[in-house]
Amino acid sequence: MSCFLSNSSLGRKLVMSVSGCFLVLFILFHMSMNLVAIANAWGNHPFGLNYDAICEFLGTNWYALAGTLVLAFGVVVHIVYAFILTFQNRRARGNVRYEVTVTEKGVDWASKNMLVLGIVIVLGLALHLFNFWSKMQLVELLGHEPENGVELIRETFSNWIYVVLYLVWFAALWFHLTHGVWSMFQTVGWGNDIWYPRLKCIANIVATLVFLGFAAVVVTFFVLSLV
Amino acid sequence: MNFTLKIWRQKDAKSKGAFKEYHVKDISPDTSFLEMLDILNNDLVHAGEEPVAFDHDCREGICGMCSLHINGHAHGPEQGVTTCQIYMRQFKDGQTIVVEPWRSAAFPVIKDLVVNRSAYDQILQAGGYISVRTNSVPDGNAIPISKADADESMDAAACVGCGACAATCKNGSAMLFVAARVSSLAKLPQGRVEGARRAKAMVAKMDELGFGNCTNTGACQAECPKSISIAHIARLNREFLSAKFED
Ligand code: HEM
Ligand code: SF4
Ligand code: FES
Repeated sequence: MSCFLSNSSLGRKLVMSVSGCFLVLFILFHMSMNLVAIANAWGNHPFGLNYDAICEFLGTNWYALAGTLVLAFGVVVHIVYAFILTFQNRRARGNVRYEVTVTEKGVDWASKNMLVLGIVIVLGLALHLFNFWSKMQLVELLGHEPENGVELIRETFSNWIYVVLYLVWFAALWFHLTHGVWSMFQTVGWGNDIWYPRLKCIANIVATLVFLGFAAVVVTFFVLSLV
Repeated sequence: MNFTLKIWRQKDAKSKGAFKEYHVKDISPDTSFLEMLDILNNDLVHAGEEPVAFDHDCREGICGMCSLHINGHAHGPEQGVTTCQIYMRQFKDGQTIVVEPWRSAAFPVIKDLVVNRSAYDQILQAGGYISVRTNSVPDGNAIPISKADADESMDAAACVGCGACAATCKNGSAMLFVAARVSSLAKLPQGRVEGARRAKAMVAKMDELGFGNCTNTGACQAECPKSISIAHIARLNREFLSAKFED
């Protein structure tokens, strides 16, 4: 059984779907956590919401570290499989391409550009790890005092270049999710002609929530840095 | 009507091909696309040139032989029909029409517009049949099949094995074809018996022959001349994954 996940096309897609689903759940969790930072943007803690407490809680406890490792594993599996699948698909397509190409009826642009979107997401991820993770969890792991979460956000997004880069990153994620979220259901066999419009609607809603949730933090702190 | 045709010409599987331009004149709007190619070939033969090779057989949309890529669409711009079912009235007078063979690694060009589609036959031979005994006439009501199941099975059985799905797919994936075959049998009691074995064997053959993985773009169902739905791909995924987890 372990081998059909690597030597069969449907098995490989199952891995892609499950790892993608895991990443979607993580992203939703991460996004809801970030919203707390907005609540703290004006320097107080309404309703007891405290972003720094969350940062501390997810510092270097065993469960935070275990979570980080599982997450890193999920990301690596998803990326490695993305390249394997795309490489095989290009080979199956052949070297000679059509002279005339069209976008077929009902086909989303995102679905044909998942790897490109994924690569933009990886680049954004690298920037993000450099901006935040390397100054928070990593520093703590090395035995030093991590930077304050809210202040680090404030500092980072007072720079318009980061604001633009992060918004491009979120846009790529939006496109990736508009296809990915309904595709992961289809891959495990959960789809039919009645459910496709519903699944695509759910995918658009999830993608948009994720985009707005992340963008809200960036935009709020940028605007506050101007006034 | 007059048309400019840009047609892929390739001497044999080994030669390098190229597009060649032709002009056809005074074509009646009710000429079918293949008849128009016949007229062109007549002219070419009279001029002492090699006629354009293209596949065709029934010319009524049931055999799946007439596999041409016309102006960017498998089986031409019309939805839900095969190449032999399109007519010149669907094009504009004076239009340039680009005609290409299927482009997919598993379907190599044999000559001009003819490709070798035996990979699909090999997938069928791997499991697209039933081996339960069905030769004696059973009582009509012995195995009740609901109308919904029968309809779904028949929709999938409409697949003519033309290859447009893999030829359209950016991944060269044969999933729609395999799904149609697996699904049409999976929906009937006679086919259920070997359901798990069939799904595994046909997917294994499809992978072995080098077809790509499915990204669920849906391009295949848009270009399929029988408008087979990707819902059948979802069923194939269920059939295959449950068979694998039962192992
Ligand atoms: C937070 C980040 C990400 C999330 C939430 C995510 C989510 C998903 C989901 C749900 C799918 C659908 C799986 C399926 O079709 O069954 C998918 C597909 C895909 N992802 Fe991601 N992904 C992420 C990052 C990436 C990265 C970094 C890459 C590559 C470098 C990538 C490349 C791909 C590719 C190529 C596919 C299509 C696979 C195929 O169907 O052939 N993704 N992703
Ligand atoms: S599924 Fe449609 S496009 Fe694919 S072989 Fe069958 S009829 Fe042709
Ligand atoms: S020639 Fe038989 S389907 Fe077109």
